[in-house]
Amino acid sequence: MAYPPAARSSPPRQPSVKVILTSADVQRVVDRIAHQILEKTQGAADTVLLGVPTRGAPLARRLAARINAFEGISVPVGVLDITLYRDDLRRNATRAVGPTQLPPGGIDGMRVILVDDVLFSGRTVRAALDALGDLGRPASVQLAVLVDRGHRQLPIRADYVGKNIPTALAESVKVTLAETDDVDEVRLYAEGAHS
Amino acid sequence: MIRHLLSGADLDADTALQILDTAAEMAAVSGREVKKLPALRGRTVVNLFYEDSTRTRISFEAAAKRLSADVINFSAKGSSVAKGESLKDTALTLQAMGADAVVVRHPASGAPHRLADWVDGSVVNAGDGTHEHPTQALLDAYTMRSRLGRLAGLSVAVVGDVLHSRVARSNVLLLSTLGAKVTLVGPPTLIPVDIAAALAPGTDVCYDLDAVLPSADVVMMLRVQRERMGDSYFPSAREYARRYGLDGARMRRLPEHAIVMHPGPMNRGMEITPEVADSPRSTIVEQVANGVSVRMAVLYLLLGGNNR
Repeated sequence: MAYPPAARSSPPRQPSVKVILTSADVQRVVDRIAHQILEKTQGAADTVLLGVPTRGAPLARRLAARINAFEGISVPVGVLDITLYRDDLRRNATRAVGPTQLPPGGIDGMRVILVDDVLFSGRTVRAALDALGDLGRPASVQLAVLVDRGHRQLPIRADYVGKNIPTALAESVKVTLAETDDVDEVRLYAEGAHS
Repeated sequence: MIRHLLSGADLDADTALQILDTAAEMAAVSGREVKKLPALRGRTVVNLFYEDSTRTRISFEAAAKRLSADVINFSAKGSSVAKGESLKDTALTLQAMGADAVVVRHPASGAPHRLADWVDGSVVNAGDGTHEHPTQALLDAYTMRSRLGRLAGLSVAVVGDVLHSRVARSNVLLLSTLGAKVTLVGPPTLIPVDIAAALAPGTDVCYDLDAVLPSADVVMMLRVQRERMGDSYFPSAREYARRYGLDGARMRRLPEHAIVMHPGPMNRGMEITPEVADSPRSTIVEQVANGVSVRMAVLYLLLGGNNR
């Protein structure tokens, strides 16, 4: 989930939408990140992929599947819901809490790779780091995102980036995935078109 | 989201299920290394108890603390209430202290409703007189769902002193909303006339416990309140136990999957025998553990956002 979350309604004007990554692009990017994880972690030993809902969760499962396809290594996958750790809880109506599922082996002493769709302000990642601290003590934490759109509000960076998209603050980036939205795509909405 | 939780009737099916689903996530916290969530940091929850209670007060206190709220415990004994302060003045004091939520138990039916008019924060009814106890009904529903996998279509027998039971009232309201079929069982003196129709259409009344056992998915035993025993609602404690107590022989007449519940505190040997209370069918200890999760969910959903 992007943070602030991208709205779910479809855009009112078609010309203000630009497709940044097509379905084939998304697959290539996921493949590349899977390779990069294998390279950077020297074979993904003692590694856990934790997806941040909504779209980080299927991305984490895809990365694990690709890593398995490339090198036959099965990396544990989990879901980390960060709702209760958000710093804007009391600015909005009560948010529904989603499930958190850690792999059976837990995260203690593991290399945890957080997976999310869009890296924006960095606040989601901050919340995820707080949540991780309450769940155990990983040996290290890394971050993989499909899209980095800039405009960080916290000193946070990603270890694996699918695509850097320079954006204006008023623009919004929307990732859709087959698992959650029927189609793999990354779109950029112009100012005011998608709010 | 609702602002107060005063009655089982405040909850529609969607809201009730949202509370149960949230409670399921909250339950995971008790198995973690750090049994605390930051969601209610900086919020103040006041436990305002005009009646003795151990499990409900402790349960609310644990729930609030696990969500990082600050908890102020206020019991009528040893407070200004003992000096004659009215509920309203106490409420205004709490208001001045900035309570975000007031969890209230009071011997007078309807006291939490009055309180809700006087304070800005959320009011949670933790038991008012013989009226309602909605979080107990929620934790009972949660326990049924986690043991039996569903609520819709369940056959639930609520057995005992329905007349004085706030647990029974809240359960009838909530369980009917969630699609379960409730049968109230007890001596005619302890089941108010027309209560079934008044609370929820579709609720049955039966004066014979043995008749409902073979088809019950859940048997919920109510506490026989000792202070009522002198009031001649039934001839003697032994006769009550014989006709409406759940013993091993009766338990074996239940379907294989059926569970036995009790809101506690129980009178072993009166409405329930030790054999039943300690059997694997009994969910009495689970109910206490589930109480914390459900109350966490209620406090989070009432206080977690800017709902006012």
